[in-house]
Amino acid sequence: MTPRVRRVVFLVAAGALAGVLAWGFGGLPRFGTFDGAYGQILNHVAVPQRHITDVVAAVNFDYRGFDTLGEEFIFFAAVLGVALILRTQRGEHAGHLADHATGRAVPPTSDAVRVLGLLLTPPAVLFSIYVVTHGHLTPGGGFQGGVILATGVLLIYLAGEFDDLHGLYTEPALERGAAVGVAGYVAIGLLGMAAGTAFLDNVLPLGRLGSIFSAGTVPLINLSVGLEIAAGLVLLLTNFLHQTIVIRPVVGRSA
Amino acid sequence: MSGLEATVLVLVGMGGTAVVAVRDPLRQAMVASLFGILLAILFFVLQAPDVALSEIVVGAVALPLMILLSLAKIRGGSR
Repeated sequence: MTPRVRRVVFLVAAGALAGVLAWGFGGLPRFGTFDGAYGQILNHVAVPQRHITDVVAAVNFDYRGFDTLGEEFIFFAAVLGVALILRTQRGEHAGHLADHATGRAVPPTSDAVRVLGLLLTPPAVLFSIYVVTHGHLTPGGGFQGGVILATGVLLIYLAGEFDDLHGLYTEPALERGAAVGVAGYVAIGLLGMAAGTAFLDNVLPLGRLGSIFSAGTVPLINLSVGLEIAAGLVLLLTNFLHQTIVIRPVVGRSA
Repeated sequence: MSGLEATVLVLVGMGGTAVVAVRDPLRQAMVASLFGILLAILFFVLQAPDVALSEIVVGAVALPLMILLSLAKIRGGSR
């Protein structure tokens, strides 16, 4: 394909795309208006029906809890895939901890970064626990809290060395944490079937609106999602760090 | 649409274009991180704090970090 033909093909395709986009944008509702019947109904019934003040959490973990279960398994499968691909393979070996690019000296971590990392870690961990446990009351939930907790672990790495993370956790513990988290979601779903209704039906006592013990199964699902996401994301980061910092090709052959 | 929403929308558009326009992967990771923060601000302005929280951590920290680590691995191996 000559450059000229390529340019003609691109211009025709780009023109067609622009036309379809303009047509589609023309049919959008006005900015800020929403005419989805499902959303309007939920906004009215979720609070009295489920004793929950965060309607987003009610949709994610109750009314459409089955969809979110699928997403949890997607995340779990993605972490498994990364762990499998980034393991130490033939032609590679776990070298000495070398937290630097090859061929130049390690610049020491500046005191400012160390102090900031140490100061920010406890608030990050505390905030993540708050976000997970209050997911049914205020914005946030298991996913958001889980990723914030993983950021806390990342701060420890940034403030120190890769070695400092070894005392905190082991990889099998993280794997079990992620597995228990995703299995816990399924177990909470089975509660509904055990009670004689549907899978993931909200069968637990709903409690007083606005209190931390309310909204039935939603806080429990948030806890198990938080565990899965935090463990899975830390496992993901550890695998990336391990692959970058520790694993080296065996000398004398290319990996 | 309020002035704030319009401003943030324009900033997000500029940020996205900047991510594509930067050709060096290392700088691109940094610009992508900034773009993640802009997107989080947009979600917050549009009253979706749940999504904003996720976007701050995933878009501004986790994704650029994985790109940086991959770059470090690739460049460390080739030299």
